[in-house]
Amino acid sequence: MDPITLKAEFPILHQEINGHPLVYLDNAATTQKPRAVLEALRKYYEWDNANVHRGVHTLGSRATDAYEGAREKVARFLNAGTTREIIFTRGTTSSLNLVATGYGRTVLREGDEIVITPMEHHSNLIPWQQAAKATGAKLKYIPLQRDGTISLQDVENTVTPQTKIVSVTYVSNVLGTINPIAEIAKIAHRNGAIIVVDGAQSTPHLKIDVKALDVDFYAFSGHKMCGPTGIGVLYGKSQLLERMEPVEFGGEMIDFVELYDSTWKELPWKFEGGTPIIAGAVGLAAAIDFLEQVGLEAIDAHEKKLTRYGLERLSAIDGITIYGPRTDRAGLITFNLGTVHPHDVATVLDTEGIAIRAGHHCCQPLMRWLNASATARASFYLYNTEQDVDRLAEALVKTKEFFGDE
Amino acid sequence: MNNLDDLYRRVIMDHYKNPRNRGSLEDGSVTVNLNNPTCGDRISLQLHIEDGIVKNAKFTGEGCSISMSSASMMTDAVKGKSTEEALKLAEKFSSLMQGNAETFDEYEDIEALSGVNKFPARIKCATLAWNALRKGVEQGHGRHEGIEH
Repeated sequence: MDPITLKAEFPILHQEINGHPLVYLDNAATTQKPRAVLEALRKYYEWDNANVHRGVHTLGSRATDAYEGAREKVARFLNAGTTREIIFTRGTTSSLNLVATGYGRTVLREGDEIVITPMEHHSNLIPWQQAAKATGAKLKYIPLQRDGTISLQDVENTVTPQTKIVSVTYVSNVLGTINPIAEIAKIAHRNGAIIVVDGAQSTPHLKIDVKALDVDFYAFSGHKMCGPTGIGVLYGKSQLLERMEPVEFGGEMIDFVELYDSTWKELPWKFEGGTPIIAGAVGLAAAIDFLEQVGLEAIDAHEKKLTRYGLERLSAIDGITIYGPRTDRAGLITFNLGTVHPHDVATVLDTEGIAIRAGHHCCQPLMRWLNASATARASFYLYNTEQDVDRLAEALVKTKEFFGDE
Repeated sequence: MNNLDDLYRRVIMDHYKNPRNRGSLEDGSVTVNLNNPTCGDRISLQLHIEDGIVKNAKFTGEGCSISMSSASMMTDAVKGKSTEEALKLAEKFSSLMQGNAETFDEYEDIEALSGVNKFPARIKCATLAWNALRKGVEQGHGRHEGIEH
């Protein structure tokens, strides 16, 4: 794959910011959208738009086909068993809240354990804190190694027969750590627990096979993988989804409604109350087509190469601190530049046309573990080039000079 | 880098690297803890208010050059002022952040922060300390213990 040819597919990337060609390195926050996705959204609204699952008219059928077709695409993309296992949500946060509330609060009893890690995004942490508080279950953490990875021995030591749910991120949005999901799933299952995976940072970059990983729930967002905002997915094994209660009630999700009681539609619709995110699903399907055309393996290889190059260039800057493991890591680099605060770094970089993230990245407990109040992060995607990394490295040197950081 | 030079004038860097009034006050003062949840900046401001006068002001905290220099200037500027004068200064600072031309004869260093209004994402860094001041004065009227945020 050629990132320069791919870049041409992303209209937004061809602009100047503060007099410099834009270098977009905030892909872990959200990615840009290729023409194919923008075109699919336009075509849907200009040609097919109607509400789904109820229209007798032609547009209603077309919209339903487009929406349910997107579900089939997602099921194939994840290698799920059936479309019954694919629930459309607003994004990873909604998906994880749905599991924590719909499954967690139904299943958890006092004395049960929920196991997570300190590297979780707030969206895979607070829903479990709340579920623990509501049920009397205990929240436990698998400790981190000094390099920001977790050891399987620690997983073995933390997960016990009292553990009902293990919920971990596949890829850390701060450290770039890639967690051994298949092995963690084995340990969880051996102890009678289920495993939930936050796939927000893995799905855009790695080939995902929920059967091979043997995960019970898997959550991700469309907007971090070239799709629109406001669409996400919760995959769940059908026998678990059957046991799970809906969280939102209303139109679309019901079977029979009587005055004092109602019954739900079958999977997956019982979890999709209200008019669903139809255009979002259509856009996500187009994004999946786009990513599959490029090839997930090729994307992964390109990002690994770029990250190696980035680590090499950035490590050479005097006084820089780079967080996370040095090898086997995902396509992002989190750092601090001497004593220059990350906000100041991000502001200077912005004047050079370079977009990075600065702050706590929705990971306050992890920031405390790193002993940093905030960090700066550059994150890559398929359209980034070595020239982008060069521009970043050069701008960081300028930043240091500007602040006279010794 | 012209805008940048405007933003990070020497006076801001001086307050950032050599903050005035950094530290804590004894009992009898009002404490306000504020943070900026989107970016992690935080300030703990202590005010000693007596007979309607801000007798002393100190702060601790963590943040970028803009938030910390603003806290340094604010604490210096309000010391010895009546609470009304302090609140007026806070109002004038808000106006400066909205892009209005304001002069600060009381404490000229503050004018160095005028460049922040060209960087909308950074305005909340500059206003953190001043928001803490507003809360502190509000609490200081009854000289009760500060609430935590």
